[in-house]
Amino acid sequence: MIGLWIVLAAVAVALAFGGYRALTDGRARAVQSPADEVPRLNAARLGDELGARATFVQFSSSVCAPCRATHKLLAELTVGDPGVSHIDLDAEHRLDLVEEFGITRTPTVLLLDDSGAVRHRIVGAARRADVLEALDQVPGARAA
Amino acid sequence: MSSTTESAAKVELVDPRGQRFVAGITSALLALILILGPAAGLPVLIVQTLAFAAASLFGLGFHPWGWIYRTAVRPRLGEPTELEDARPPRFAQGVGLLFAVVGLIGAFAGLTVLFYVAIGFALIAALLNAVFNFCLGCEFYLLGKRLLARSGAGGAEG
Repeated sequence: MIGLWIVLAAVAVALAFGGYRALTDGRARAVQSPADEVPRLNAARLGDELGARATFVQFSSSVCAPCRATHKLLAELTVGDPGVSHIDLDAEHRLDLVEEFGITRTPTVLLLDDSGAVRHRIVGAARRADVLEALDQVPGARAA
Repeated sequence: MSSTTESAAKVELVDPRGQRFVAGITSALLALILILGPAAGLPVLIVQTLAFAAASLFGLGFHPWGWIYRTAVRPRLGEPTELEDARPPRFAQGVGLLFAVVGLIGAFAGLTVLFYVAIGFALIAALLNAVFNFCLGCEFYLLGKRLLARSGAGGAEG
């Protein structure tokens, strides 16, 4: 009898957790911090040039299926835009950045502005509409 | 502009619908194991453990429920529009194997609570995979790497 209760509890937990994730995953959240404490990244640490207007820094891992979908989406959105670049990092090999930015899951995407300041953060498989909206909000990105 | 650190090594690809199908059968069997309990459910648990082991140790092509999908289900669905990397689902099967083995130890050693907790968590993970296409074990992968790096036991390039 106890087994049946555990099955019901497991179903409830899975539906609640999965439902919550389905609602919140891949949303772009603006990074709110005082101007002098904005987390920053530069080309030297990333091992790649920053985009002139904006840069997507994606943290991926080999065991992550949504990372590939996110990579595809960001590659598609940046391929025709020389001002915006997309850097896909293997989180396992950049644990320094993972610790510094408190990355807990892959994919996590940080959207940097032209100065390398982190403006938005997207955790989970990125949604196209959210990515476009976040990119639009990066200072200077709209004008170009 | 786009760049990647991913190597262009030959990657095994699988039909993502097959993974959902496998997770569905796995969920049903894990629920059955829980309802039957550690004694009557043991044969089913052994079968499911062997299925996890085959897929994680030898490749997804060896998964018995995957074989059912390929021979009985896919011919009715037609060709997949998209294929996905086999590494994430294979890793997930390994996580399933871990839980199943802990459940087996619980069943054999008379540790009923261990049995129910391990199989209960395995069921949650399998349901998330079947219903939401969400891989719980893959999320813990990075957390595990971080913990290993902090304890100094890992973190080396692999």
